[in-house]
Amino acid sequence: MKVLVTVKRVIDPYVKVRVKSDGSGVETANVKMTMNPFCEIAVEQAVRMKEAGVASEIVAVSIGVQQCQETLRTAMAMGADRGILVETAGEVQPLAVAKVLKAIVDKEQPKLVIMGKQAIDDDSNQSGQMLAALLGWPQAAFISSITVNGETADVTREIDGGLEKLTVRLPAVVTADLRLNEPRYVTLPNIMKAKKKPLEVMKPDALGVDIAPRLTILKVQEPPKRGAGVKVADVKELVAKLRNEAKVI
Amino acid sequence: MSTYSAPLKDMQFAIKELVGLDEVAALPGCGEVSAGLVDAVLAEAAKFAQEVLDPLNRSGDRQGARLADGKVIVPDGFDKAYRQFIEAGWNGLSGQPEFGGQGLPHIVAMPVQEMWNSANMAFCLCPMLTSGVLEALHVHGTPQQQKTYLPRLTAGEWAGTMNLTEPQAGSDLSAVRTRAVPEGDHYRIHGTKIFITWGEHDMAENIIHLVLARTPGAPEGVKGISLFIVPKFLVNADGSLGERNDVRCVSLEHKLGIHASPTCVLAYGDGKGAVGFLVGEENRGLEYMFTMMNHARLGVGMEGVALAERAYQHALEYAKTRVQGREIGQRSGDRVTIIHHPDVRRMLMSMKAQTEAMRALAYFAAAVLDRAKRHPDEQERRRHQALIDLLTPIVKGWCTEQSVEVATTGIQVHGGMGFVEETGAAQFLRDARITTIYEGTTGIQANDLIGRKVAFEQGATAKAVIAAMRAVDGELAKHAELAAIRASLTAGMRAVEEATDWLVATYPADAKAAAACAVPYLKLFGIVAGGWQMARAALIAQSRLEAKEGDADFYRAKLVTARFYADHILPQAAALGHTVVNGADSVLALDPAGF
Ligand SMILES: Cc1cc2nc3c(=O)[nH]c(=O)nc-3n(C[C@H](O)[C@H](O)[C@H](O)COP(=O)(O)OP(=O)(O)OC[C@H]3O[C@@H](n4cnc5c(N)ncnc54)[C@H](O)[C@@H]3O)c2cc1C
Repeated sequence: MKVLVTVKRVIDPYVKVRVKSDGSGVETANVKMTMNPFCEIAVEQAVRMKEAGVASEIVAVSIGVQQCQETLRTAMAMGADRGILVETAGEVQPLAVAKVLKAIVDKEQPKLVIMGKQAIDDDSNQSGQMLAALLGWPQAAFISSITVNGETADVTREIDGGLEKLTVRLPAVVTADLRLNEPRYVTLPNIMKAKKKPLEVMKPDALGVDIAPRLTILKVQEPPKRGAGVKVADVKELVAKLRNEAKVI
Repeated sequence: MSTYSAPLKDMQFAIKELVGLDEVAALPGCGEVSAGLVDAVLAEAAKFAQEVLDPLNRSGDRQGARLADGKVIVPDGFDKAYRQFIEAGWNGLSGQPEFGGQGLPHIVAMPVQEMWNSANMAFCLCPMLTSGVLEALHVHGTPQQQKTYLPRLTAGEWAGTMNLTEPQAGSDLSAVRTRAVPEGDHYRIHGTKIFITWGEHDMAENIIHLVLARTPGAPEGVKGISLFIVPKFLVNADGSLGERNDVRCVSLEHKLGIHASPTCVLAYGDGKGAVGFLVGEENRGLEYMFTMMNHARLGVGMEGVALAERAYQHALEYAKTRVQGREIGQRSGDRVTIIHHPDVRRMLMSMKAQTEAMRALAYFAAAVLDRAKRHPDEQERRRHQALIDLLTPIVKGWCTEQSVEVATTGIQVHGGMGFVEETGAAQFLRDARITTIYEGTTGIQANDLIGRKVAFEQGATAKAVIAAMRAVDGELAKHAELAAIRASLTAGMRAVEEATDWLVATYPADAKAAAACAVPYLKLFGIVAGGWQMARAALIAQSRLEAKEGDADFYRAKLVTARFYADHILPQAAALGHTVVNGADSVLALDPAGF
């Protein structure tokens, strides 16, 4: 079974994100970048499937700037067999991501696509669902476990009310939640080997996909600073404040 | 409480821009090395250091290693971390490819070692000693010994130790008394070794001790010492582990720092004698030890850099959170975090500037070592070997002495909270304190520097280094902005030059006078060599800023840091130079009875 995993290059979660002075977005120049943590979980899952003999080949795909090649190398150091970079200059919105991925899926014909449930930069949580819709495939978002049984996969989804168990027909798109697994540390020999694995670079045009943004970002700004707290004299005052000032009760 | 965050930007700057990765990558056997590979290796090592090793640093310090029934019990979590460490293949980073290593050059290994040490120096000593054994056996072992030991040592399944010290033989190894009596194809070893780092533990399946000992009838002194392999478990012909050898850990030292690293007294041959196998020829053991000592000494210098970095990060975080007083000159208004106070800023800058200078010099030395080992041209190899021979005691002595100072400053930044253990600032000082002692004290490094490395060759290599420093002067002259750095470096160079001339002239006639201020000479050389690297860094930063390339914030900070170094650290050179040239008399005027 061929598995396709997607990896996005994002600002390192430990970096303090700064808004650009013109409010057009966040500062990414000279900022430490890394693989989106949910994508890491997706790659780890694919690698475990390969180690268990369930997956035969793992193709990692990234969409974005040239430096996404580093992210693909990391995926290959974790165990992906080859990488595809769809190189773009600027921002790619979820729908465009889904369209590009659909074109790749059409070409590669994987039986399973594993994605992160969302990327920690814009937290859109849309690409996986859109891809499944464009392909007309079953989808299972936010999974915390998956077992493939021939032509179907049993999954557990993390939903608001608890856990939901489903069986999806394959091929399908699944998106990884935090508890699906704990990604491994990349080993040094595998970092060295990853350098030699094939990495194909292509442009969206070559796939016949229009990635022009459909949404316009008006302004990006810092969340308001939290003000200092106040001491209340008693419960009565607290309740009054919650009702009249915070208007939460 | 701060957590370690690898200073990847400064590391990458030092590797790629300052030292020149491309040149090292062009050396034979470095075909795999590229900027992309270095980025990937550093990023993954940083992750491992931050997520696995750093969280065990403080708990390891508090819990310490313990001895129970002859077994060493390592602090909680160390076992698992060691397994993760070897499974991730980090132990084989610079090991030989033929034995399963990755064969990466020192310029890649150094920054990785820095990260391990910043995150958890006590842990890191175990793989560091293994790599010493690897190197010794790779150069001096028989093919059979290599086949038996190197693959497992490279993988880290087995660990290694160095057994030099005995109660009466510390700095002076000619006093070694441990006996080795031939018996068939092996020897029987009897004696006591002290201070053996990671001398006993169960993290690895086997421990390969390298032991200095004397054979019967061996000449007195350094020319009568041989080197032996003494495995904790003897190795069967098929590679499986056999009988437990006659070597036991009889006690652990109670120490100021590196509590998690067991420092063992090892008793060899309480019974029939421990089985040992000769390395190379009899009576050449010390010579063999010294071939790898250079590498180990650079490694300890790196520990100094690593602890300085860690102490700096810790102090910086405290300085940004602790609120005390108002800005100077303000009678009212908000109280501020202490980083607003000029003296605290001065302390932080001095920590930052010295750490960056030490890192630059240590990485520079690593690249010199790579060239000394790998350059295709024999003459170039020899030139770089002379250079690394000179730089090694400087990196070892200067970086470790300064790391103690930086860690002390880190405590000062914390005020009273630095003196109590809760904040963790004290651990870095306690851990740093060993680095000026083992692998040869600073005094021993300085003796090596003035004797073997400077006086014996009439200062030839030292003067070549000074000439290289002078070459930077022409570049500095082109930038008015760098005038202060230039002036300070010029004064520093003059001080080293005068002190070197004095040493070369004095040593043959009066070695005692030369030795009296050997340590000030070592510090002088370190400070000026560090200033040289900072000046080079400033030149690069200046040209990148002018070309509007790269991370402007980083380069601006680099310029400021180089300027601080020139204004606050480099001027010490003149004072040290004065001491070297004038200070011997007062050192020696009181004879031992006069104290
Ligand atoms: C925690 C720890 C771990 C260690 N790990 C190991 C290990 O794994 N393997 C191992 O073999 N050893 C190890 N050592 C031993 C270490 O290398 C020695 O302690 C060190 O070399 C100094 O020797 P010494 O303690 O006998 O001091 P001494 O040699 O007695 O020195 C005392 C003082 O005299 C000075 N001095 C001595 N001789 C001279 C001289 N000729 N010129 C100028 N000054 C001189 C020294 O600089 C020092 O200030 C370790 C020590 C410690 C504390």
